[in-house]
Amino acid sequence: MYDPTVARLTYRALLGRRRAAILFLLPALLLVIAAAVRMLNGADDQVAADLLGGFALATMVPLIGVIAGTGAIGPEIDDGSIVYLLSKPVKRSTIITTKLIVAIAVTMVFSAVPTLIAGFILNGNGQQVAVAYTVAALVASIAYSALFLLLGTVSRHAVVIGLVYALVWEALFGSLISGARTLSVQQWALALAEKVTGDGLVKSEVALPTATVLLVAVTLGATWFAGRKLRTLKLAGEE
Amino acid sequence: MSTLHIDHVSRWFGNVVAVNDITMSIGPGVTGLLGPNGAGKSTLINMMGGFLDPSTGSVTLDGQPVWRNESVYRSIGVVPEREAMYDFLTGREFVVANAELQGLGAAEAQRALATVEMEYAQDRKIATYSKGMRQRVKMASALVHEPSVLLLDEPFNGMDPRQRMQLMDLLRRMGADGRTVLFSSHILEEVEQLASHIEVIVAGRHAASGDFRKIRRLMTDRPHRYLVRSSDDRALAAALIADPSTAGIEIDAVDGGLRIQAVDFGRFTELLPKVARERGIRLLTVSPSDESLESVFSYLVAA
Repeated sequence: MYDPTVARLTYRALLGRRRAAILFLLPALLLVIAAAVRMLNGADDQVAADLLGGFALATMVPLIGVIAGTGAIGPEIDDGSIVYLLSKPVKRSTIITTKLIVAIAVTMVFSAVPTLIAGFILNGNGQQVAVAYTVAALVASIAYSALFLLLGTVSRHAVVIGLVYALVWEALFGSLISGARTLSVQQWALALAEKVTGDGLVKSEVALPTATVLLVAVTLGATWFAGRKLRTLKLAGEE
Repeated sequence: MSTLHIDHVSRWFGNVVAVNDITMSIGPGVTGLLGPNGAGKSTLINMMGGFLDPSTGSVTLDGQPVWRNESVYRSIGVVPEREAMYDFLTGREFVVANAELQGLGAAEAQRALATVEMEYAQDRKIATYSKGMRQRVKMASALVHEPSVLLLDEPFNGMDPRQRMQLMDLLRRMGADGRTVLFSSHILEEVEQLASHIEVIVAGRHAASGDFRKIRRLMTDRPHRYLVRSSDDRALAAALIADPSTAGIEIDAVDGGLRIQAVDFGRFTELLPKVARERGIRLLTVSPSDESLESVFSYLVAA
């Protein structure tokens, strides 16, 4: 299920690329904004919830998910170096689950941890806002990683499609069309956050049981499908 | 000892047929897979390596299917043509990772690096390697588990002559050890030096199988062509055409030199230096313009 060598290659590839700069930039930006808001505005639970919901969970988590999820496998398939993993007596499903675990870990470290810190900066975790959004970010990290890892195995344009999903679908349609919200990782994660704060600071469009079922289904489904894709992945020849 | 069986294999991409009903067995020893660029060599090697499924037919290694069967990689080593590797690793880290994925460790990786003589640069990042160095590290990664079958796609591309000789020696040794070594190439000289047994692929079809020179000699209805440049082309031409071993001579006014068609191969090769010496003509170039792979291909295709 897990291969330490595949994991080592994956995280070194993820953190060694220029794209990895975004992994550091976005959390830094969140912390700077949080510090600025706190200094100018003082501690305010609603402002804290709005910032963590509007920027951390709605923008930062999915963007980092795109970078980590697609980056964990997409470039290797694009340039063909995945052949060194595929030509080994290692189960393809092990390769996928290992890469998923690395993508989840990277997304969590670069999105949930800064969310927690930002939450404490903003209002000292008043009303459990920081913890609530951290839980949401952790859960969303899992689903986004699985989804974008799958995207990385099926499309050469995974990053673009991932960005469109994260920014257009989740952010834009999500706020315009209520139906789109039901099918939004962000809303599922918010359902959990809502449970943690419990004081109307966080609102999700989806009920918790539905959200849980959808999160689990999407994560498992995407992982299974990615493993299947990798099993029958064809490496193009010279032509 | 392992044998790869390719049984009535075809592979098409959309409307394009890349490999057309090929049947062959690759056994122990060194085999050259030959064909012009775009003939379908890489497609065939990718199917042998389990990276592509045949549209029809089957590829098996000692009875085991190769496609969707990870366990065959215990006995197969693959040297892909593509350059892409994990450039952010050092050569040693890369080979160690490959060893670990085979369930082995640093000791085996070190031995493989020594085999390809890359120890001196093993701690440099792969990104800084020349093409020949990359090729050798790829080779080390494929050798690390001492596979009984080694598949190499255009392994000599980008190597300098010394590296080429080294790799050829290594492949020869592996073939002599009883391993099944298959390499693809579109360059005649490489194949002539390394493999006596060849499989020729032209336009996706299996055009010939066996000893390259024998295949050429068998085509006796075809004259052997030579390009000869000398200190006095016209005098040489006049002397040669008098002998029945020569069927025709053309003076190439553009490039200079004679294009000679010889019908009696053995006799012509004795005649040419004799005639030149007798007349005091200096031979500057004598090259069989014909025994090149391309012309063998064109004969085979036309046949």
